[in-house]
Amino acid sequence: MNTLFDKIWDSHTVRVLDGGSCVLYIDRQYIHEVTSPQAFAGLRKRGIGVFRPAQVTASPDHNIPTKNQHLPIAEPQSAQQVATLEKNCAENGIRIFPIGSERNGIIHVIGPQTGLTQPGMTIVCGDSHTSTHGALGCIAFGIGTSEVEMALASQCILQSKPKSMRINVEGELKPCVCSKDIILYIISKLGTGGGTGYFVEFAGSAIRSLSMEARMTICNMSIEMGARGGMIAPDSTTFDYLRGREFAPKGEEWEKAVERWSKLRSDDDAVFDKEITFDAADIEPMITYGTNPGMGIAVNGEIPSSEGMDSASKISYAKALGYMNFTEGDKMVGKPVDYVFVGSCTNGRIEDLRTFANFVKGRKKAENITAWIVPGSKEVERMAIEEGLRDILEEAGFELRQPGCSACLAMNEDKIPAGKYCVATSNRNFEGRQGPEARTLLAGPLVAAAAAVTGVITDPRTMM
Amino acid sequence: MRQKFTTLSSTVVPLPIENIDTDQIIPARFLKATTREGFGENLFRDWRYDKDGNPKPSFVMNSPIYKGEILVAGKNFGCGSSREHAAWAIDGAGFRAVVSSFFADIFRNNALNNGLLPVVVSEEMLAEIFKAAEENASMELHIDLPAQTIEIVGTEIKESFEIAPYKKQCLMSGYDDVDFLVSIHSEIESFEKR
Ligand code: SF4
Repeated sequence: MNTLFDKIWDSHTVRVLDGGSCVLYIDRQYIHEVTSPQAFAGLRKRGIGVFRPAQVTASPDHNIPTKNQHLPIAEPQSAQQVATLEKNCAENGIRIFPIGSERNGIIHVIGPQTGLTQPGMTIVCGDSHTSTHGALGCIAFGIGTSEVEMALASQCILQSKPKSMRINVEGELKPCVCSKDIILYIISKLGTGGGTGYFVEFAGSAIRSLSMEARMTICNMSIEMGARGGMIAPDSTTFDYLRGREFAPKGEEWEKAVERWSKLRSDDDAVFDKEITFDAADIEPMITYGTNPGMGIAVNGEIPSSEGMDSASKISYAKALGYMNFTEGDKMVGKPVDYVFVGSCTNGRIEDLRTFANFVKGRKKAENITAWIVPGSKEVERMAIEEGLRDILEEAGFELRQPGCSACLAMNEDKIPAGKYCVATSNRNFEGRQGPEARTLLAGPLVAAAAAVTGVITDPRTMM
Repeated sequence: MRQKFTTLSSTVVPLPIENIDTDQIIPARFLKATTREGFGENLFRDWRYDKDGNPKPSFVMNSPIYKGEILVAGKNFGCGSSREHAAWAIDGAGFRAVVSSFFADIFRNNALNNGLLPVVVSEEMLAEIFKAAEENASMELHIDLPAQTIEIVGTEIKESFEIAPYKKQCLMSGYDDVDFLVSIHSEIESFEKR
């Protein structure tokens, strides 16, 4: 009567300490340039090395420019963070995918794409969106810098076991509803704290019907409702996705692995601390109107009224709408947009670019829109070029940039100017996330495409 | 290995302000660094220094009389973002313990992970400490980690405090989680072979 989570967690527990903290063995550690330098410095100070360098993989992604990647990084502190990562990896024999190299990209895109991420594994990275990898049926979550150091020093971290939650999405999705809409819908229902203390398994027929990449979008944003992470039991979709990838098992090993992975599911009588079921037919294409990912509504809907909220909630609600310069009761459709950002570890994969390109094909970018179409990895960029997506984009007046975190967070050159509205396929719409005073509207690639060609918020279903 | 923590007698730096958040402890603009060192200089940066970097005489850390290894702060200390830099900054400024009547969860863990002891006392005791420190800057607190007690030296005012057994052991042996995990490498190795 174990959950999928229990099975993987328990099989990775080296020891349980007094007070319930577990020594959890980590199969894969991913690192990037922002949260790792102090961890390496810590190891040096202690005079110890990396315990299992072969299980660690690095890729610079946050600070890198998405144009002219062959040139040195202009911003000195960004350049230093990236150079420090390269040096730390070289000194410790850690695999790194440097800027511009074939396998570089956002760490949460390249883990699955290279086959490094596999079912049944435990995976950590000093980055909250590590939850993405859970889509392949593993336990993956973000950690702090001290924990990055722990994992480098011992391939283990100390962690108490979270509570379990299962979210089922049953039934058939409406046309034009994608996985981003599912997760924005769930977060809008549960709130940004609804998953605090839990690790979530996503299940149900609507989740099963999703492609591997679509599942990643769901698990990626599971942390935006406060959950420690999200996961989906592996199935034939998972195995088909992984087969033949660079670091996936090969030959006889592959057969054995699939046999093992096929057993990774929650038992029929498994009991979750909390279980919630949604009807897929209730979900519409979504967009956010406020300053946290829980403030989402159907794109053809109206901004909810604050009636019935307590006074503290009313104050923060008014503050959020004030920041966005929106009013209760406003229709979202027709509101002007200045920027469109397609990319990030949430929606920067090839399927997202296909969705966007298919929609804009034969149409033209609206005059008032500045669009940044940013592949999540070098491989995604390569595929987009080979499949002719870049040509379609250019024909419609868009430009395909180079891979990186880009406008997801205001840490590299791609920042949204103050006061401007950006429909973004990324995951956070906090105040200032995309640049000081920038206003973010989170949505899926289809809603982003509709805004990009009309220049205003548009329900894509009216254009199909 | 860190300095072992068993008992500590020290004068205090009192900061009778509630809800001190991590942005006050270490402002976000100092986070692009690649080392853990140097955050101590920027602890309470905007309270401690003016725009030109001159010390503000009114702030307690700039006072000639209040010195010590124990920071005493108002309720809900360390709220806000999860940045571990906040604990690094307090540790870096030479403090070994922080006393308050309530700590934000993540800060408390971050502090413990960095060998800094958070001591939770009652509201009454906190008020007594602030009063005693105000009356006499050379007032000392005595913290006894093995016995889990804290007292105002030379008075009857004494309380016990809670700490998880594993964390207590780490502090007393000067170990942190990394040292502990390194010390069980052979157990981890046999786990890998299973
Ligand atoms: S794309 Fe955004 S959310 Fe994802 S890793 Fe980069 S900065 Fe973080």
